[in-house]
Amino acid sequence: MPEFLQFAFSGLTVGAIYALVALGFTLIYNASGVINFAQGEFVMLGGMVTVFAHAAGLPLPLAALTALVTAVVIGLALYRFAIEPARGASAVSLIIITIGASILLRGATSIVFDKNFHSLPPYAGSAPWIVGGAALLPQSLIVLGGAAAIVVALWYFLTRTLTGKALLATAANRLAARLVGINTNAVVGLSFAVSAAIGALGGILMTPITFTSYDSGTLLALKGFAAAMLGGMGNPLGAVVGGLVVGLLEAFSAGYISSSYKDAVAFLVILGVLFLMPQGLFGRGGVERV
Amino acid sequence: MLKVENVVCRYGRIEVLHGVSLEVGAGEIVSLIGSNGAGKTTLMRVISGILPMTGGRIVFDDEEIDRLPAHLRVVRGIAQVPEARQVFAPLSVNDNLLLGGFRRRAADVPRELDRVYALFPALAEKRGIAAGNLSGGQQQMLAMGRALMSGPRLLLLDEPSMGLAPVLVDQILDTVVALRKAGVTVLLVEQNVNAALAIADRAYVIETGRIVLSGPSATLADDPRVREAYLGL
Ligand SMILES: Nc1ncnc2c1ncn2[C@@H]1O[C@H](COP(=O)(O)OP(=O)(O)OP(=O)(O)O)[C@@H](O)[C@H]1O
Ligand SMILES: [Mg+2]
Repeated sequence: MPEFLQFAFSGLTVGAIYALVALGFTLIYNASGVINFAQGEFVMLGGMVTVFAHAAGLPLPLAALTALVTAVVIGLALYRFAIEPARGASAVSLIIITIGASILLRGATSIVFDKNFHSLPPYAGSAPWIVGGAALLPQSLIVLGGAAAIVVALWYFLTRTLTGKALLATAANRLAARLVGINTNAVVGLSFAVSAAIGALGGILMTPITFTSYDSGTLLALKGFAAAMLGGMGNPLGAVVGGLVVGLLEAFSAGYISSSYKDAVAFLVILGVLFLMPQGLFGRGGVERV
Repeated sequence: MLKVENVVCRYGRIEVLHGVSLEVGAGEIVSLIGSNGAGKTTLMRVISGILPMTGGRIVFDDEEIDRLPAHLRVVRGIAQVPEARQVFAPLSVNDNLLLGGFRRRAADVPRELDRVYALFPALAEKRGIAAGNLSGGQQQMLAMGRALMSGPRLLLLDEPSMGLAPVLVDQILDTVVALRKAGVTVLLVEQNVNAALAIADRAYVIETGRIVLSGPSATLADDPRVREAYLGL
């Protein structure tokens, strides 16, 4: 039992991060139809910039803020200089553009910073609590609580503010959105900015637990993508549930089978969803896009 | 108020509007009639700025608006009720209307919202319901209400009676007449040619991307070509 709980704790913790990555996929996909495989790089940037800004002498909160702003600026630049000029290109071309952007971001990070692994001190002590015989790190609670706060903030933004509703409207019907006076290009840009912010916050939350390096975004993007697919691409609730499920599956298979299978779980999830339920858990049948 | 001059529009290589000109004066109801595929919807979208035009001019209030993006044309006072309603299906009725007022000053929105609910009481009862769950007639009212939320001076209506029961068609057209009384200028696309000519001051007939006839509604209703092609007489 303690073993089971231990795996569940670690599964939920990484799952919360996957959920944030999946939410990033979801937002951009809804607003623009683009599947942004550079989503993992925002998480990586959140971690790496915080580490180096902190090492350069900035207090941790300021270092985290710097990382957040950096990621948002890069997210906007990605939209403005790579996605917008390619408007009207096929879905495959757009995916390739985002993959290219992620390679570029990885390379630039390795040059600007370095190729080593980095971590940060836990934000609130490192002595674990023992719950049901399993160790629960305070940082795990910070990750879970932080991710939950981000989800609630996003929900509030999307359903309670006019700008958030404009984003939903653009996702629902782009023609009608333009006809009511929404600048849909700006909305898509906004979705990149918000997704970048969510990703960076995920990176800031997880770095004390997981180490970060210039190439840590690749696997995160893969896992977040698996989570988004599992939840049903385009569904925010599905993204959160999908993230937690992928995290749990990964932790249990690592614990009970072998940790060398850990990263294969995401692939299996993607294949399973593609073959068995292309709409995902919460998919809304046949979303048409023009 | 609106002057469309020699507008050319193409989808890829296929030209669908071959130099269309029409005018709508302030306070008028003008109908645009034509059979399927004539280019009516295309023209409405060009006027709203959704589709780019490859030639011609569009003048609104004596100002050329050709280069104005769609969202700024709404600010100028042009609203469109698009073909097939195009409500924001997953969003509530109330949110659909609030989004209609996206470009309004926040202070003006509640008053306009009350006015729209007064005009369409059926919508008021369904504020919290997802627009996709409304009946066709209610969706049409919602699409009109949403367009009115922007406080338009020119309202473009693309087949508002499509697929509706006769009672509802009458209700929608009565609303159009009432709106004109309230000072809104209307450009109306209708398959229901009888009804369109009955409420319009003037009309244009478009065939395969060209205006072929125009004049006062009464004159057109008596025109043998119109009677044969569109009124089935
Ligand atoms: N997206 C598109 N791509 C290519 N051709 C199009 C597109 N939309 C419309 N067309 C073509 O342009 C022409 C005009 O279409 P449009 O929708 O403007 O006609 P309409 O008069 O509104 O017809 P309806 O009465 O059926 O609504 C048609 O020949 C149509 O096939
Ligand atoms: Mg049409």
